[in-house]
Amino acid sequence: MSDTFTTGDIVAASCRGQPVEGIYITDRDGMAVVKLGSGYNIGVDPATCTLVAKSGETAVQPPLTVEQDESLPELAIISTGGTIASKIDYRTGAVTSQFTADDILRAIPGLSSIGRYRAGVLATILSENMTPSIWQDLARAIHAAIRDGAAGVLVTHGTDTMAYSASAVSYMLDTPVPVVFVGSQRSADRPSSDNVMNGMCAAAAAGADLGEIAVTMHATTNDDFCAVHRATRVRKMHTSRRDAFQSHGMAPIGRVDFPSLAVHLTDDAVRRGACTLALHDRLEERCGLLYFYPGMAPEILRAYEGYRGLVIAGTGLGHVSTGCIRAVRDLIDAGAAVVMTSQCLHGRVCDRVYDTGRDLLSAGVIEGEDMLPEAALTKLMWVLGNESDPERVQRLMTADLKGEIRRRSDHGL
Amino acid sequence: MDYKALGLKAGIEIHQQLDTEEKLFCRCPTTLRKTGEHAGEFFRYLHATVSEMGEIDRAAAEEMMDRRQFHYLTYDTTCLVENDEEPPAPMNREALEIALALAKIFAMHPVEQVHTMRKLVIDGSNTSGFQRTALVAMGGILPNGGVVETICLEEEAAQRVEGSTFSLDRLGIPLVEITTSPCMFTPEDVQQTAEYIGMVLRSTGKVKRGLGTIRQDINVSIAAGARVEIKGVQELDLIAEVVRREAQRQTTLLAIRDELRARRASVGEEVRDVTPLFAGTESSILKKAKVIRAFVLHGFAGLVGREIQPGRRLGSEISDYVKKCGLGGIFHSDELPAYGVTAEEVARLREHLGAADEDAIVIVSGSKEKTACGARQAQHRARRALEGVPEETRKMLEEGSTSYMRPLPGAARMYPETDVFPVAIPDGLWEEIRAPELLCDLARRFENDLGLDAALARQVVSSESLPLFRAAVDAGIRPNLAARTILGTLKELGRDGVAVSRLAPAEILAVLRAVEDGTVAKEAIPEILSAVAAGTAVAEAVGAHAGGMSDGDLATLVQAIVADRIDFVREKGMRALGPLMGLVMAEARGKVDGRKVSEALRQEISRVI
Ligand SMILES: [Zn+2]
Repeated sequence: MSDTFTTGDIVAASCRGQPVEGIYITDRDGMAVVKLGSGYNIGVDPATCTLVAKSGETAVQPPLTVEQDESLPELAIISTGGTIASKIDYRTGAVTSQFTADDILRAIPGLSSIGRYRAGVLATILSENMTPSIWQDLARAIHAAIRDGAAGVLVTHGTDTMAYSASAVSYMLDTPVPVVFVGSQRSADRPSSDNVMNGMCAAAAAGADLGEIAVTMHATTNDDFCAVHRATRVRKMHTSRRDAFQSHGMAPIGRVDFPSLAVHLTDDAVRRGACTLALHDRLEERCGLLYFYPGMAPEILRAYEGYRGLVIAGTGLGHVSTGCIRAVRDLIDAGAAVVMTSQCLHGRVCDRVYDTGRDLLSAGVIEGEDMLPEAALTKLMWVLGNESDPERVQRLMTADLKGEIRRRSDHGL
Repeated sequence: MDYKALGLKAGIEIHQQLDTEEKLFCRCPTTLRKTGEHAGEFFRYLHATVSEMGEIDRAAAEEMMDRRQFHYLTYDTTCLVENDEEPPAPMNREALEIALALAKIFAMHPVEQVHTMRKLVIDGSNTSGFQRTALVAMGGILPNGGVVETICLEEEAAQRVEGSTFSLDRLGIPLVEITTSPCMFTPEDVQQTAEYIGMVLRSTGKVKRGLGTIRQDINVSIAAGARVEIKGVQELDLIAEVVRREAQRQTTLLAIRDELRARRASVGEEVRDVTPLFAGTESSILKKAKVIRAFVLHGFAGLVGREIQPGRRLGSEISDYVKKCGLGGIFHSDELPAYGVTAEEVARLREHLGAADEDAIVIVSGSKEKTACGARQAQHRARRALEGVPEETRKMLEEGSTSYMRPLPGAARMYPETDVFPVAIPDGLWEEIRAPELLCDLARRFENDLGLDAALARQVVSSESLPLFRAAVDAGIRPNLAARTILGTLKELGRDGVAVSRLAPAEILAVLRAVEDGTVAKEAIPEILSAVAAGTAVAEAVGAHAGGMSDGDLATLVQAIVADRIDFVREKGMRALGPLMGLVMAEARGKVDGRKVSEALRQEISRVI
């Protein structure tokens, strides 16, 4: 039986009567996956598998240390699970993510000409499994790295929720150096992966004259340059394209050309040293984000009873149906802060134009200005983690803390 | 040559594009486009780790490969999957079933669960840097006793437009790859097997036709030689010649090795910068070079220039390796003085390097880095001449000689395509798959049942117009008439400049039916088809060229109609022509040209009034 095999064992099996021999990989969906001498995997009936030879001790490659140039700025790499480097074992076909500085440098040799690195693993999770408490750990780890002398910090992150993490960290951390989130949209094992260019551009940004939290990813489908986005202004706008990350309500704060790695920052970008290092790592986790839709039952809003904060992604200028307003009022009366943002993503909320909007305002809804819903959620968590007075909460939520609110809507779609 | 004595062994790998509705891993059509129709373009770099690049040394690899920029043309018939910007769709069932039908013909064992793999390809022809490929069936047999080892289903690569620019229309078209074991022992065996497999592929009726839609890779070795894979042989007729020339090449390389060993030849380690020696050179190539380097091949004199295949010398092999560094090739002393390099310069070089008469010298020229890389590559290839025949992947040149492409790939460069679920092939599906009738059997049936002569039958079944022929026969057209029209007449018309490609199958059938029901004589077919191709409606063209009503018949008809209405004709005179015209045409429409009817009527009327 196949449960006696381990990956790497040589097994003989039968494929509809044709004898085959290969390397046992795994059992999946009731089939044994075997890698043939030609390199192809096939699924065979596990009952036909017999052992030919146990897996030999795989020769452990002597860990090759990569020379780091001491004259270059010291950068910290903090991994959270998004992989910008991976290694393929062609014997078994296994692809493993790489997290140590040496492994990352071996996978992206170009990094070694930009800085010298210290790498640490904070988490190895898919980014959809991120939690506010990991955001807090991340803010603390970045704070520690900067305190210990890092001239810039790279955070490798899965792209799905990278924008949430980056904006959450923005509120928790005042940084004098660049903190650059980076990921890859196409897996790091493929020669075409965007990991190399994103990684190198992010490292260049982390060494640049920048003093804020940013996301650095492909700006176009070409391998020509990366955009540097403000953390509270960026959003993943495509499921799979390399240029999925786009700034909203403002142009990116910079770009990094590839392969020259020349960094160009706009006047908007906060410069290195503009802030002193500080950590305010409290978050209120009892906050929610609700996407309104026509016909939504008020019970859905009532399910948030007991929450301290709720961000609504409303329609257009920031609306929910008349039938939901009562439930919103009840949440606010019970002490929750309710912030209105828009599903439009682009543009500013204004609840003073139509009746439902005016009713929402009189119920006590806070207009979220031109904040992205995700940036508003992480901000609300941070504000409620630090404030409980409703008036001060309202003032903070409508003030620009980390670039999440623009006083003027000067940038179109 | 006695190939048995040489120990010749050969196998083939045939890649055939399938004519499916959609591509293998996306829903785009499998249509090839003109590059001028491209809708957009983008560029990328492919990054490969050094271990994946084979022979070239690390420094060179990083310089030459790590920063290679590739440009891609997109179309309104390509999508984000070709752009490597979207995960692949599930494997195309139509393509899988064609592969299974082929497996059935070769009496193979389909795998129970098909796993798609990623095979590393970093020459830019795949946007992702890998080709998706899946093993579908194993263990088949050929009528001559040979073995079909495997059938794989894989993605076609993008078409290189020029340099590092590729066109994405071709990327992702399904290919079947049929691999035989090294079960062939003469050049003719190889060619016949390739022909047979090609015939089997066409029997499915689901393969693309035309140049480039089928490609043969040939594995050749001789007893003391080495396995060499020759890529991309597109012309079937050249296969035997390619095998012959490879046997010749390996035989000669072994003879060169023996002679080198007898001479105690060796490859000089030291590469010298000899740029100053050529300060006043007339050689246009050397004049342009920033750096010229040279090294000695001890005991190689006369052998570097020895022909190993028509048009190819040991020196060409060394050149091929040097080209991997981005240089144009080498000069070697067996071919000098030439190319503007004078005898004096050669003598000075020999003296400078301390080379004896029995030594050869290799010269590389170009930039500092490229010549350093090139000299190393040249030394590497020269050392292998002392060992015999290197294992290599080679590409076919015109006429059947070959040049070096890259080292033989190992099995190691594959890993699972995790974005595509494995596909089970349950017994039920395998039993439902029908093997199509082989074209060779079909030809025999056409010969026996339809009375076609053997050559014509073979021609019919191997023609792209086979479906049209079958439709014609089904419509009751005599097989010989159908075959000769479809294969002969159309081809001749095409040669004469008629736009035969504009003829719809239905139009051709309509013309043939007109012949069969006696409306037109078969001699009129070329003229009718020409008219239809030029835009005339079939009915009109048939009518205009009608041989169905002879002049005599027309005269009889006209006389009868005029006689019947003789009073009317006498009363109206020539003005009767119009009304009578309709009556005659009611009988003669489609059989005779209207102008002819009108003329006959005019004559008859003027005769009677
Ligand atoms: Zn497509």
